[in-house]
Amino acid sequence: MSPSESVYPRGEHPDLAPPIREAGAAHWLRKNLFSSVGNGVITVLLGAVLVWSLSKLLVWALLTADFTGDSLKACTSAGACWAVVTDRFAQYWFGFFYPSEAYWRPLLAFALLGPALAPWLFELKRFSGPLKVFSLAYPLLAYWLMHGGVGLAVITTDLWGGFALTVVIGVTGIVVSLPIGILLALARQSELPVIRLCSVIFIEFIRGVPLITLLFVASFLLPLFLPEGMNFDKLVRVLIMVTLFSAAYMAEVVRGGLQAIPKGQIEAARALGLGYWQTMLQIVLPQALKIVIPGIVNTFIGLFKDTSLVAIVGLFDLLGLTQTILKDVAWIGSFVEAFLFIGLVYWVCCFAMSRYSQTLERRLDTGHRSND
Amino acid sequence: MPPQTSFQTKRSWRDLLFDARVRGWAAQVLTLAVLAYVVFFLASNAATNMRALGISSGFGFLGQEASFDISMTLVDYDLTDTHAKVFLVGALNTLLVSVLGILAATALGILIGIGRLSDNWLVAKLSLAYVEVFRNLPLLFQILFWYGLVLLWPKVRDSIAIGNSVFINNRGIEIPRLVFEEGSGLVGGALLIGLIVAYGVRRWAHRLHDQEGKTVPGLPLVMIAIAVGLPLLVALVLQFPWSYDLPVRKGFNYKGGISIPTSLVALWFSLTVYTGAFIAEIVRSGIAAVAPGQSEAAASLGLRSGMTMRLVVLPQALRVIVPPLISQYLNLTKNSSLAVAIGYPDLVNVFSGTSLNQTGQAIEVILMTMAFYLAISLTISLGMNIYNTRVAMKGGAPR
Repeated sequence: MSPSESVYPRGEHPDLAPPIREAGAAHWLRKNLFSSVGNGVITVLLGAVLVWSLSKLLVWALLTADFTGDSLKACTSAGACWAVVTDRFAQYWFGFFYPSEAYWRPLLAFALLGPALAPWLFELKRFSGPLKVFSLAYPLLAYWLMHGGVGLAVITTDLWGGFALTVVIGVTGIVVSLPIGILLALARQSELPVIRLCSVIFIEFIRGVPLITLLFVASFLLPLFLPEGMNFDKLVRVLIMVTLFSAAYMAEVVRGGLQAIPKGQIEAARALGLGYWQTMLQIVLPQALKIVIPGIVNTFIGLFKDTSLVAIVGLFDLLGLTQTILKDVAWIGSFVEAFLFIGLVYWVCCFAMSRYSQTLERRLDTGHRSND
Repeated sequence: MPPQTSFQTKRSWRDLLFDARVRGWAAQVLTLAVLAYVVFFLASNAATNMRALGISSGFGFLGQEASFDISMTLVDYDLTDTHAKVFLVGALNTLLVSVLGILAATALGILIGIGRLSDNWLVAKLSLAYVEVFRNLPLLFQILFWYGLVLLWPKVRDSIAIGNSVFINNRGIEIPRLVFEEGSGLVGGALLIGLIVAYGVRRWAHRLHDQEGKTVPGLPLVMIAIAVGLPLLVALVLQFPWSYDLPVRKGFNYKGGISIPTSLVALWFSLTVYTGAFIAEIVRSGIAAVAPGQSEAAASLGLRSGMTMRLVVLPQALRVIVPPLISQYLNLTKNSSLAVAIGYPDLVNVFSGTSLNQTGQAIEVILMTMAFYLAISLTISLGMNIYNTRVAMKGGAPR
């Protein structure tokens, strides 16, 4: 019997410190960066390129940059000229024509978006009920704030622009496309052949063509198909198309969830005497939607990115507006700085959403799936 | 009449109202009726509006002369050609950038996807950074960004020259063109024969291995030697029956060679970089989805790591990878329509853009454009389904 076993009862010997070669920073470096000659060479090469380009970028973007000015000529340093961002800063957020004394309205609407979304995105311990009521009223409230009427000065949609317009298109598309997508998914699973066929044709058609052709339909064809005098404004037409586009993709995501629900669930509900809608709304959908929330968020990210396409049909969203700014004589040549700025804005929004989807995936993964 | 009968009639009405089959039929008839009304409403409006605008419907405009120039065409095209020819030119340009994009994005995606799984920390993190940056930026933004950067290349006069054959300027990249001369057909024939013979050798070697357990040493090298050596030999005998048409600057333009316009360069690059990020994630999750026990089992059977990858991991990973990969290819093809933003003459740009504006036949033009993309989508979905049934038959789905 060895001495350690005589001192400690069997199985209760305290853990020893790992061998010196298997711990600490040196070990980490050896294991992760220099595990072989080839790996070492790759690490050194990549590291050198990375350090070199990051330092170049730092010098250009911050150390030798100009931050203010009223035109590109006002920038005299060797580095970046961020004046194109700072000089027009408010326009990036609110558009060219939105009256500056009313900037508080989109700002307030945007701020209220947080509480309106919170009860759906997070598991709140308190206020969940009242906040859900609030979020049902939110679309009307936001429209009232942005558009006006009833006590507020009216600001028509052709004056909207910039990031505010991007968010309006994104949020409207997201909110409206989810219920339509759920209905389409249910229709595609329906036992009624006509309903199923209609849904399949719609979904496959929309998913088979590029969004830009649908936006062309909105701007060229829709006026042709409506009676004279009945004409929505351009934003609404574009919104309809973006929403339908997104709904078709949403339907496929939801269908994935519906297919994952065991048939026994539906049969049990039927056996209890529940009708179709009761079965779907109370038994199937709550389970199916929970599974596919990450997929839904991914569709939202796609939709948010696709809002930039409205620039092609002449709306001044964040991207369209920036292109217009860059056509201004004062700012020709400031293209890289302006694009890096709006790129950062887009990226932060999309990255935040994808991070949220990943956390959710981990939270929802309650270990029911066999392999992962 | 006894009251019971009236009670029964009432009940049978109620039954009818709550009968699932009756309700189903009613819902379907109602749907059809609403659809029919909507179609009629839209069509009658369109008819009225078009009469008011003086537009005649129909596909007669396809035979009209287009009389506008297209900056890049894969087939001969001039101002006297018809709108039908414009459709063909645009469709070919769409297919060109899609195929180029798919090839490059696949290569890049596989590289980055494997990089994500690298045991080198720096490589893994840089691959992750690449994916997160390019996946989370709108594609249109990226296209405009790269196009803007490409336009900052030097003017034609100050082109960057690589040797005397490749020139880069803000109009595009000029590369030499291969001109086939007499006898090049023989080289092509030799290449074909070489490939067939190499394939035959491979089958023979495999049968030898299966039946007698013998391996042919250096089989891949033998195959390459046959496939490359035979045409090379013929080419040597014929003294290389081809020549290069080099681009030469004449004033403000380059003559000769092949000119790749900047719009194509930018579109190709952005489609590659954007789709590559998605493909990288697909490849990574596909490889990660193969249970580690599989490669452990292969190792304990004595397979080397290369063989484990090729014979055990990849075939299983491909089942997971291929379906989403194909849908990325479809996305790339549809996304190539964003060419319209930077003036690359794809189908949407020249046909739904210029032809539509010239003829005013919005309905026909947009329908034809949509039909083109739909045809591609449906064809590929069909192929996809065939592939799925084939891999499924071989041994069941991975889960």
